[in-house]
Amino acid sequence: MALKTEPMVEQLELMGCIQCGKCTGGCPVARKTTLNIRSLIYNMLVEPELDVNAHPELWDCTCCFTCVERCPKDVRPAELVIGLRGQLVESGHIPDTIGAALTGIFRQGNPTGIAREDRMGWANGTQIKAAQEGCEVLLHVCCTPAYDPRVQVVPRALVKAFTAAGLDFGTLGTDESCCGNEVRRMGESGLFEMLVEENGELIRSVGAGRLVTVSPHCFNTFKNEYSLSGGAGEQGSGRAGEQGGRGAMEVLHYTQLMAELVEQGRLKFSNEVKKTVTYHDPCFLGKQNHIFDEPRAVLKAIPGLKLVEMDRNRERSLCCEGGGGRMWAEGTNLQERLAFQRVREAAETGAEVLAVACPFCLLTLEDAVKVQGLDEKLRVMDIMELVDLAL
Amino acid sequence: MDLSKPAALIIGGGIAGIQAALDIADAGFPVYLVEREPSVGGRMAQLDKTFPTLDCSACILTPKMVDVGRHPNIELMTYSEVVSVAPPPEGNGKRGMFRVQVRKAPRYVDVNKCTGCGSCAAACRMKGRVLSKFDEGIAKRSAIYVPFPQAVPLKYTVDPTVCLFLTRGTCGKTFLCKDACPAGAIDFEQQEEIVDLEVGAIVVATGFDLLDPRLKPEFGYGVYPEVMTGIEFERLSSASGPTMGKVVVNGKEPKDVVFIKCVGSRERQRRREQAALGEQAALGEQAALGGVPYCSRVCCMYTAKHAHLVRDKLPDARVTIFYMDVRAFGKGYEEFYDRVKHEHVLYRRGEPSEVYRRGDKLVVQAEDTMLGKPVEVEADLVVLATAITPRTDMPQVSALLGLERSPDGFFQEAHPKLRPVDSLVDGVFLAGCCQGPKDIPDTVAHAKAAASSALRVLVQQTRENS
Repeated sequence: MALKTEPMVEQLELMGCIQCGKCTGGCPVARKTTLNIRSLIYNMLVEPELDVNAHPELWDCTCCFTCVERCPKDVRPAELVIGLRGQLVESGHIPDTIGAALTGIFRQGNPTGIAREDRMGWANGTQIKAAQEGCEVLLHVCCTPAYDPRVQVVPRALVKAFTAAGLDFGTLGTDESCCGNEVRRMGESGLFEMLVEENGELIRSVGAGRLVTVSPHCFNTFKNEYSLSGGAGEQGSGRAGEQGGRGAMEVLHYTQLMAELVEQGRLKFSNEVKKTVTYHDPCFLGKQNHIFDEPRAVLKAIPGLKLVEMDRNRERSLCCEGGGGRMWAEGTNLQERLAFQRVREAAETGAEVLAVACPFCLLTLEDAVKVQGLDEKLRVMDIMELVDLAL
Repeated sequence: MDLSKPAALIIGGGIAGIQAALDIADAGFPVYLVEREPSVGGRMAQLDKTFPTLDCSACILTPKMVDVGRHPNIELMTYSEVVSVAPPPEGNGKRGMFRVQVRKAPRYVDVNKCTGCGSCAAACRMKGRVLSKFDEGIAKRSAIYVPFPQAVPLKYTVDPTVCLFLTRGTCGKTFLCKDACPAGAIDFEQQEEIVDLEVGAIVVATGFDLLDPRLKPEFGYGVYPEVMTGIEFERLSSASGPTMGKVVVNGKEPKDVVFIKCVGSRERQRRREQAALGEQAALGEQAALGGVPYCSRVCCMYTAKHAHLVRDKLPDARVTIFYMDVRAFGKGYEEFYDRVKHEHVLYRRGEPSEVYRRGDKLVVQAEDTMLGKPVEVEADLVVLATAITPRTDMPQVSALLGLERSPDGFFQEAHPKLRPVDSLVDGVFLAGCCQGPKDIPDTVAHAKAAASSALRVLVQQTRENS
């Protein structure tokens, strides 16, 4: 399908590109696939048309946004990937698995396609307040922690911690739907706009002062792409919303709230967790939203826990290859995922535990440990699993 | 000084201030040259060899420093700061005089007795424990010090922020510095002095700062000792520097050296930041956010020079320069760039994205845009050409003199093409990098132009008064 390049160049403001290559240079998947975002931008600038179908490597992008963070000219290269994916979605040229995920989100509010009415299964019978009745903290569980048995322990641990801290919190229950962060990044802008509108209305109607998410992906879109913070956040463009204003909600990732509770002394860690732990900064929490210290503060507060750092930490954390729809697509590169390299890096620190703060990182990194037979050496755990041991 | 003539005040004793002072003084007018540091010399004193001629910076600068120190028409006020400037009073059609107050900070050393012998520094209890600002933190000094051996004036100064006596009230049982000083020059009773001056014209030559490379965490500055800035490399390479000019990192001579240019320069402000700030980042805030929109002008040439120096000192090293562009615009610059390439310095096009460790080497990750694919280049030394930024005290100096600043944060000239040395305040002129990034030739030309403009004012005042 030949796309006329000019309108998208105008819309995405690609003209400022000086072809410095910092985007491709920092792209985690660039060394394993033919995806070269700098080259794609150049083609958009100089060719009148682009055959989008000739670029299946567009599905390899994890939307880690390293290119966006580092581009000196604010070209936001990953938005071109998203824009071109949008063209593929419109013409129906998408991998089957991505189509299935999008259909699931549309029909059942989650990418697995499992019935919406089963969304609260993770709570294992524990009664959780319905946020619709009113609460101070609205916990957005996220589809993967809700339905994936491996990840369900995370929201359970959060409920236990919040209850211990005496927080007035609730969830949307089976009314909760996919936040749409991955939907936008998979190119389905229509579905994304619908989710922003419907979810936004529902969340605002709760009237909670704070929205806390389990996943950094949900955190990212609620904070930057929904208009929940009362500011001028625009849909679908990744612009920052401003805090403050009437009816404004504070959007937090759970590590920020946990760090606050720990600092305020509202959580007592009575058990020692004598483990050497290294922490993997998730792209959507660290690189994109610059939250590096709070997760570490929570880990350091756990008695007996020794925190060691990998070389590539914080802004240089190696993407696990779980974002940008990659949980539902292998991409063109059938080599091992970067998660494999990442767990090797973690093992090299001598740590026994690789701590994560994202459901996608949890699944991809644990997968990588198992496939490489590293399970004796290294265990992947969410921060909340460690907190749970300490409470 | 012949104070029957109106005087000029020069704020800043780097090459710009020094050149302006010499031109005005040589024309027969008195000059007050005020410099904040204990010695004049500024940034140029920190440099090793200069492009494109490879002149030793100190060798061409120190004669001018000495001239400024002994010129009959120049009163050199080092370790001093301008604290207030009152504009000339209105009225009667004549040019009035600025009334200026200068604070001379106490050195705790009597400059009339100090011979610059250095015995005090050798004896100081804090010897080898204070990071030297002149050496950009890669060397240490004592609490009593001269910033560098060729300092003008060659008088020692006690740093009040680290001296044990001045910070804690005691320095052991006895003052080791006083005991060591053969001239009895150390005087902890010394007080600051406020001096009142009347001047007809002011030349601002306050220089520049450099971007904090920690604002670009992808390069690992501060994490890896093998990553340093261009100015740190100058000190490393200088024969009078901490390693006597040996390029040594972690105790070894590097085998692979990688230069990264445009660190923080040429950066368009993020739309996200604009949305958050509500508007363009305020003057000078851009640097604090980690990137400035302009080109810093000197880095392409000094990086080529650095590469040449490495090749000169380490004939077998592999030297790579990653670039987006090469700006070799001046007289002899393109020829110098050409020469450096022929010395087996490899230029690869692509702005590196990340530096990380692999074993005992660092790895510079980039896309070689000419090859069209990502590359990893191993390095034992990475040098970052960080952006030139306005000084952090620009707001204070602006307020002091009523100066405007351009959107890029430097002082605003009256017209960017036709009046490059006039500020927007009558009688106040701009010289050197405080108006925008420049190399040494342009700085000297700018300073001479500022001096010429200042002289017009002083000559006019002389005529009006006679």
